[in-house]
Amino acid sequence: MVAVIEAAGLTKRYGDKVAVDDLSFIVQPGLVTGFLGPNGAGKSTTMRMLLGLDRPSSGRATINGRAYADLHAPLCEVGALLEARAVHTGRTARNHLLALAATHGIGRRRVDEVLDLVGLSHVAGKRAGGFSLGMGQRLGIASALLGDPHTLLLDEPVNGLDPEGILWIRTLLKSLAAEGRTVFVSSHLMSEMALTATHLIVVGQGRLIADASVADVTNASGGSVVRVRTEEASRLRDLLIADGVSVTSAERDLLSVRGLSSAEIGKVAAQASIALVELTPQQASLEEAFMELTRDAVEFGTAMDGIAR
Amino acid sequence: MTADASLGVTQSRVIASEWVKFRSLRSTWWSVGAALLVSVGLGILFSELRGNDIANGHGFEADQTALSLRGFFLAQLAIGVLGVLFITREYGTGMIRATLSAEPRRYRVWVGKIVTVAGVIFVISLAASFAAFLGGQAVLSQFHVEARILTPKGVIDFQQLGVSLGHAGSLRAVFGAALYMVGVALLGLGCGFAIRNTGGAIAALFGLLLVLPLLAQALPTSLQNDITKYLPMIAGTAGMATIRGSNELGAWAGLGVFGLYVVAALGVGLWVLRRRDA
Repeated sequence: MVAVIEAAGLTKRYGDKVAVDDLSFIVQPGLVTGFLGPNGAGKSTTMRMLLGLDRPSSGRATINGRAYADLHAPLCEVGALLEARAVHTGRTARNHLLALAATHGIGRRRVDEVLDLVGLSHVAGKRAGGFSLGMGQRLGIASALLGDPHTLLLDEPVNGLDPEGILWIRTLLKSLAAEGRTVFVSSHLMSEMALTATHLIVVGQGRLIADASVADVTNASGGSVVRVRTEEASRLRDLLIADGVSVTSAERDLLSVRGLSSAEIGKVAAQASIALVELTPQQASLEEAFMELTRDAVEFGTAMDGIAR
Repeated sequence: MTADASLGVTQSRVIASEWVKFRSLRSTWWSVGAALLVSVGLGILFSELRGNDIANGHGFEADQTALSLRGFFLAQLAIGVLGVLFITREYGTGMIRATLSAEPRRYRVWVGKIVTVAGVIFVISLAASFAAFLGGQAVLSQFHVEARILTPKGVIDFQQLGVSLGHAGSLRAVFGAALYMVGVALLGLGCGFAIRNTGGAIAALFGLLLVLPLLAQALPTSLQNDITKYLPMIAGTAGMATIRGSNELGAWAGLGVFGLYVVAALGVGLWVLRRRDA
């Protein structure tokens, strides 16, 4: 399969601090790939290196096999939305887009088209400095779509948006992927990725933690836990304990069993004539899977709040 | 998603883009307006005041051309700041990342900004320079004097104070003023590329132009005479004079020396632009 975006041993150091540490991954065409990690995990730095804005300390980033700086028409191959607003506050939305369009010979009609697409036509003549966060984000998306690129690179597109804006981004991402485009979207919100992405690249402290489908990430977090409530908890625990099975007990009559399905537990209980009061399989949520994956990678304790939100 | 082969980045398209950026900011036209007003307005005002003074027997002004171009000493502030802001505001707002995403070959952005600034400032300053000269000389011509001036090129008799474009060195000085303004704008641009921060770049620009001559005054006289004429503003504004002072460079030599400062600043700017993360 052709790699649309490829990072090979990508590393970025700022003095002693390593922001991105030997990161290698491939983003495949035609689907939404989530770039997931807690705040400060190196996602934005990676995005900037992919766009040639930051120079890697070592390693390589390529788009369609070439360095970004070697692309003849970058806006027509990759559309990018960066986290910080990349818009001059004194310029109107239309003039901002016209200036970017001029570099590629893209016409005025396309500028009006993308303004319409993101719903900014009515404020096209207003200066970007007066835009709300949501409007600024829409202008950023309009810039990214200007060259009608196959690949979109979006850094935290839902950050700071109101529910209506978040819904708009979600719908847009899905429709872009449905058109066959490659979408690489970063987020620190697992729940957001669960709704839009099919594949995940998870990073923590600049290192690759997982590169797998959303389903695989969920399973990899230790699978599911089964809650078992019975009067003979300790006798059942002795019967269940085996290789690859762990049993914990929070209350005297309650067991949390990891490594066995509820059917297997039910069978063991029936053979030993133990009456069960409760037998509940609990699917690990994506949120828990993510926290499990990044537990060691979280740089500061407080960053956990950001993930769990 | 149809690949259109006609779409792509070229140097001339980057220049076109920079022109869109330049003209689509209100601050551009405030700066340009201020520079026009100050250069033409002060040129005429000084001509009137000095002319009146001379007609009343208070001294004489041998370089009437330079007198009518005096306003450019103030106009250079507006033009210099314009040059600085054209790049530092991109860093300040984050626009630079959009610019460099659209054109990752950074030297083309550098070229695009230089061409845009130089072209626009030259046209505007030349218009202002002609207006200041013609307006100033028209005012001076109201005052009739009898004077005989000894210049290095011979004796000149004046019947009236005002001179025409045909006067020795006047046309060159009018172009010199426009070239000096282009240089100041590019010096500002170079400082902006090199320092990125608006305040720092403006401080550097004004330090080079205005503070260096003041510092040089503290030097021993012998050194002062050797050094002062090579300072950016002193050298550059020699291009606006028709009469060469004893410790001054000639018009073209002065503009040439000033041009070296501009090239150095822009060179450092390009080095920083290409080397540092955006």
